[in-house]
Amino acid sequence: MPIKRKPHLSATFALLPTWLVAVVVFIGTMAWSIRLSFTNSTLFPSSTYVGLAQYVKLFSSAKWLASLQNVLIFGVLYVAGCLLLGFLLAAALDRKIRFESAFRTIFLYPYAMSFVVTGLIWQWMLNPTLGIQASVRSLGWETFVLDWVVNRDMAIYALVLAGVWQGAGLVMVIALAGMRGIEAEQWKAARIDGIPVWRIYVSIILPQLGPALAAAGMLLAMGVIKTYDIVVAMTNGGPGNSTEVPAKFIMDNLFGRQNLGLATAGATVLVLGVIIAVAPFRYAIYMRNRAKGVA
Amino acid sequence: MARSHPNGPRPTQITAGRIGLYAFLFIAALFFLLPLYTMVVTSLKTMDEIRLGRIFALPETLDFSAWITAWSGACMGTTCVGIRTGFWNSVAITVPSVALSVFVGAVNGYALSLWRPRWANVLFGLLMAGGLIPYQIFLYPMVRAMANVSLYNSLAGIILVHVIFGLPLVTLLFRNYFVSVPEELCKAARVDGAGFWRIFFEIMLPIAVPMVVVVSMLQFTGIWNDFLLGLVFAGRDNLPMTVQLNNIVNTTMGERNYNVNMAATILTAIVPLVIYFLSGRWFVRGIAAGAVKG
Amino acid sequence: MQSAVSIKDLKIAYGDHSVIEKMSIDIAPREFLVLLGPSGCGKSTLLNAIAGLQDITAGEIWISGKNVSWEEPKDRGIGMVFQSYALYPRMSVRKNLSFGLRVAGLPKTEIEARVARTAALLHLDKLLDRRPAELSGGQRQRVAIGRALVREVDVFLFDEPLSNLDAKLRNELRVEIKKLHQNLGNTMIYVTHDQVEALTLADRIAIMRDGVIQQLASPAEIYHRPANLFVAGFIGAPAMNFIEGRIERGNGSPVFLSNGLAVDLSGYSFQAASDGPATLGFRPDHLVLDGAASRLPTIPGHVSVVEPMGSEAVLWFDWAGQSLSLRLMGEVTLQPGDTVAPGVDIAKASLFGADGSRL
Repeated sequence: MPIKRKPHLSATFALLPTWLVAVVVFIGTMAWSIRLSFTNSTLFPSSTYVGLAQYVKLFSSAKWLASLQNVLIFGVLYVAGCLLLGFLLAAALDRKIRFESAFRTIFLYPYAMSFVVTGLIWQWMLNPTLGIQASVRSLGWETFVLDWVVNRDMAIYALVLAGVWQGAGLVMVIALAGMRGIEAEQWKAARIDGIPVWRIYVSIILPQLGPALAAAGMLLAMGVIKTYDIVVAMTNGGPGNSTEVPAKFIMDNLFGRQNLGLATAGATVLVLGVIIAVAPFRYAIYMRNRAKGVA
Repeated sequence: MARSHPNGPRPTQITAGRIGLYAFLFIAALFFLLPLYTMVVTSLKTMDEIRLGRIFALPETLDFSAWITAWSGACMGTTCVGIRTGFWNSVAITVPSVALSVFVGAVNGYALSLWRPRWANVLFGLLMAGGLIPYQIFLYPMVRAMANVSLYNSLAGIILVHVIFGLPLVTLLFRNYFVSVPEELCKAARVDGAGFWRIFFEIMLPIAVPMVVVVSMLQFTGIWNDFLLGLVFAGRDNLPMTVQLNNIVNTTMGERNYNVNMAATILTAIVPLVIYFLSGRWFVRGIAAGAVKG
Repeated sequence: MQSAVSIKDLKIAYGDHSVIEKMSIDIAPREFLVLLGPSGCGKSTLLNAIAGLQDITAGEIWISGKNVSWEEPKDRGIGMVFQSYALYPRMSVRKNLSFGLRVAGLPKTEIEARVARTAALLHLDKLLDRRPAELSGGQRQRVAIGRALVREVDVFLFDEPLSNLDAKLRNELRVEIKKLHQNLGNTMIYVTHDQVEALTLADRIAIMRDGVIQQLASPAEIYHRPANLFVAGFIGAPAMNFIEGRIERGNGSPVFLSNGLAVDLSGYSFQAASDGPATLGFRPDHLVLDGAASRLPTIPGHVSVVEPMGSEAVLWFDWAGQSLSLRLMGEVTLQPGDTVAPGVDIAKASLFGADGSRL
């Protein structure tokens, strides 16, 4: 039986479907999309090459530029907000408190819900006529304003609020696992040194959680680039262009406006963005592994 | 007895720091719970009550009619059949997608970590890259390719898409899991004459049961919560619950029925939530495992 | 003279489970006290209680004449060194040494002076800018000791500081700690389960078992006059030989009888005389190979194993179905099966009564 003598053949055979996916789907379709971005394709693919014309058009589109700016603001605040709140929650849960598992369950449950659900809940909460604003006003504070979802200047922060609500639990779980992994004797040493608790978290524990938090931050950042569902559900890009994001811009041009060339150009830029964002991390990990001799 | 000098255990004093700690925790808990609470009370109110603008007030009478409407009568555009078709579509999409992707991912992880055939690292690298890249770049060519083989807008098509896009994460998790299995186990089985598949089914899969559970849960919530792929690939007859929910809430003509909307939202969220609450620790393990190597 | 550390009626319990039973110890200034015992005997718990890292159930702890039972660890005037070193991983050696001082708000020049002094004392000068991960185990432990020293306090606590090191480094660092104590003259309390560390370092050893001190005495006293069977068996390698039998007092001096053996006890200094069941204990180094020539009571038997150890050897021989050991200096020519009749020097032996305590 050849399988017994050459068992690696079975392994290679078992991986064939995955090879097919990797080559055809991941490489093939990406290559096709990138090719389309250099053509004048509209509803159907065309093979008339127009060079970088689609990219020029893309970067002269106010909507695309707005969406880039939005995703940057959203991304920075969302990742920072999740990291900060998640770390604080983890530190609080780490302080030997009562009902720890109940609190942990409460802080993490939004992460189990979809972005669509998250977006719809917060759209309702922030509804200016019937939501929190109306409730607070009916308590007597007549000038209270919480109209973020309909306010051009604030809508992006409404997205951040909903996003942080959904994602902070993830960071909490990762940070808490890290904190629990720190030796008890470091705590003892710090108490003998008379370091205040907050200082222990900032100066001793936070630096040790660096790699774990960086991984969590990466995970969230990848989510930011893909941000689509939550925007569609919560604001649908509005008011105006104030919450347009690149992923939505691409989807709209791909399926709504039948503007294939422009959409694929946008998608290519997005992929470049991911590569630029990930490459330094991967390189750092690679170099560190090589330094340790494990690469 | 008043103790004149220190003796025995330190008297426990409630410090300001401790009070602050619990205050922070309770406020945070409020922030996280309020939306859930609001959603539930809104779904149990009548529209007349909602128009009063007291979003946090408890409903005066429990009114379940919004739930019934959401389940079987809410309108998407002009069709009014509720979200129940979406629910069953999501079940039909999610169950086979999870089973298939977990199986293929487990085989991949096993083959990549314990057998390391030629080019294994290249394949793994390609998969990881595929997992990082935004879906938008794959979508249009995939739609065209699937239309060519009549899989576009079909149940089989959307399942295939979920399996494909699930492979990077599932493979990663299983590979990391099997890497920690001592290689000697595999070698011993090979000395005993077992082949690739026999070792997989009789030795490795039973060892990996906890991982199978964790990954299945992760994939289940992930696929249930998907919006983008369902929107593009499922077709009108197979739209998953998330897409139908968004249609109900955001494309209604005329007055919005917030109570129905919230009931539909809860119905959509309830499956992943039940999984989460029943299996909290596994879920936590899953996302922690997924995050370690992102 | 005022004690450096004084423990008064200390009790530590978790619910019904008692870890330290009502205990009192006074430790003199400049004393080196070792807490020795098997794992789970409560020695680390006791040390943590002194440091203030462990809540106590009852009793008082005094350090340098001050009741510190309710004080925070940092206010107790102690420095502590841990088994895992517990260095702050992301800080350089210099920051590890100075962090506590900076938080305490000491003047910069004072901090620098102290760090420099400590670094010189522990030969850390060249390592100050390295991270803990870049140090060897021995260097890490020297930094950990340094972190205790910069506090410039009177009492140092060591919690199994050498357990994570390999045998060679352990010996080196042991000598360094001893020198440090001689130079600084601080009070040191040192927890270990290693009897060699205890015997070489201590002014006094407290041997603990199940939260109770079995014997608190100088290393020599503990080695030569163990207070009970537990201490006798715990200290010494190879372990003390034990023979069970009974003491009979005819009309003259007492005699120990066991399996046809009769040992005249007139050379033994009793602290509590009694007749009846007893255990005779003698260390391998207190047996003389040729008993008859030394006019000592002999225990005849056959050699079973010879373990040469370079400058000395341990000889195992069977007597009445039990294996006894005997330490010999120099080379040994005996073979397994040879007949021997070693003599026991009763003046150096120990006798224990039925309850295990020394007679």
